[in-house]
Amino acid sequence: MGLLSKKDANLILDPLADNNPITIQVLGICSALAITAELKASLVMAISVIFVMGVGNVVISLMRNIIPSKIRIIVQLIVVATLVIIVDLVLKAFAYELSKTLSVFVGLIITNCIIMGRFEAFALANGTWRSFLDGIGNALGYGVILIIVGFFRELLGSGTLFGIPVLGDPIAKTGLYATGYENNGFMIMPPMALIVVGIIIWVQRSRNKALIED
Amino acid sequence: MEHIELFFKSIFIDNMVFSVFLGMCSYLAVSKKVATAVGLGAAVIFVLAITVPLNWLLDQYLLQPGALKWLGAEYADYDLSFLSFIMFIATIATMVQLVEIIVEKFSPSLYNSLGIFLPLIAVNCAILGGSLFMQSREIATLGLATTYGIGSGIGWFIAILAIAAIREKIRYSNVPAPLRGLGITFIITGLMAIGFMSFGGMLTGGDEEVKTEEKTAVVEPVVKQEENKTEALADNTIKVIE
Repeated sequence: MGLLSKKDANLILDPLADNNPITIQVLGICSALAITAELKASLVMAISVIFVMGVGNVVISLMRNIIPSKIRIIVQLIVVATLVIIVDLVLKAFAYELSKTLSVFVGLIITNCIIMGRFEAFALANGTWRSFLDGIGNALGYGVILIIVGFFRELLGSGTLFGIPVLGDPIAKTGLYATGYENNGFMIMPPMALIVVGIIIWVQRSRNKALIED
Repeated sequence: MEHIELFFKSIFIDNMVFSVFLGMCSYLAVSKKVATAVGLGAAVIFVLAITVPLNWLLDQYLLQPGALKWLGAEYADYDLSFLSFIMFIATIATMVQLVEIIVEKFSPSLYNSLGIFLPLIAVNCAILGGSLFMQSREIATLGLATTYGIGSGIGWFIAILAIAAIREKIRYSNVPAPLRGLGITFIITGLMAIGFMSFGGMLTGGDEEVKTEEKTAVVEPVVKQEENKTEALADNTIKVIE
């Protein structure tokens, strides 16, 4: 990468795999799982979090020397809440149906532990540009998991991707359905999100033995 | 009746952890031992029981469209609902701080068992989620909001207590190495959520009975009136004939 030094590039690349916020750091599961029944909602959620994390990390890192440490949590919450209100209003204006689907989960980005976790662990101690990269990197790592989970749940649960049928028509029995394949309605239920994430963790850790817990 | 229904609904059917995945971060992080899980669970019940009714008042008298009517007619068409995130989170953060100070002052023993968890709770999604669901489900009265807060808190408590107990036992089991720790916890939580789905039918049966009772109760007076009318009509016809 010509644009970024190797150290800076690692800030973005690390959270995508070996230091993933969801599967390794165990942050931000709260608002992630309930909206992954559709790929579209997962994508919008990922983009919202990328925006909030990128901008939030920059703001906090700019203010890091003037925030008194005793009230830093409240200051952080206010910064995130303001950014989330912007996201919420934009979604309501340009994608009203989608913002109905996401319902309270847009608001819950505020208490998404990734955001507070990265503010505390990184933005309060590092410069603006590095904080920005760290924010984007972690939000991307979060988004990748969200999109993987959303992809499998929507594909196996309703046979569509982004609402477009890809496996044929379940009623007219065309495509894959002609062979007797059925949609697994259970994939759309909330519990399957947890089990899919469990399986992702399993796959990741069996590929990289260093991550195994004892 | 309404209260009991909402109470059990918020514990079992709309369980914070198993049906909407709220508070998962602390649920996964603090569930290694039963004792600490109990402490955090109790603190969550406590804070939810305080913040949900408080935020209900805020929502009702400050944030909803037309909520400022009590200030005078010229404020009636203000809509401040876009501020609700920031107001709710500010209330929660302040209340948590306040509760911490009060508990420390008046009950040092409770503070020792709850205290370390209280700051964690300000950023627990279950707390903000409780207030946001209270707003989006349009809970009608202050009393119901309190019931909802306590019920969801107890639901969360049950969830973390159960997973902590399971995790204490599973340490002695032979789990495949890559699944150990986080992976198996996710899968167990998924299985528990499937179990909790079976509570879904708990209240629907009761609902139907109540409705049919109401219907028959409504229908009866109408029938009586009709009877009266026919009797009156009969009287009239008799009189006319006479």
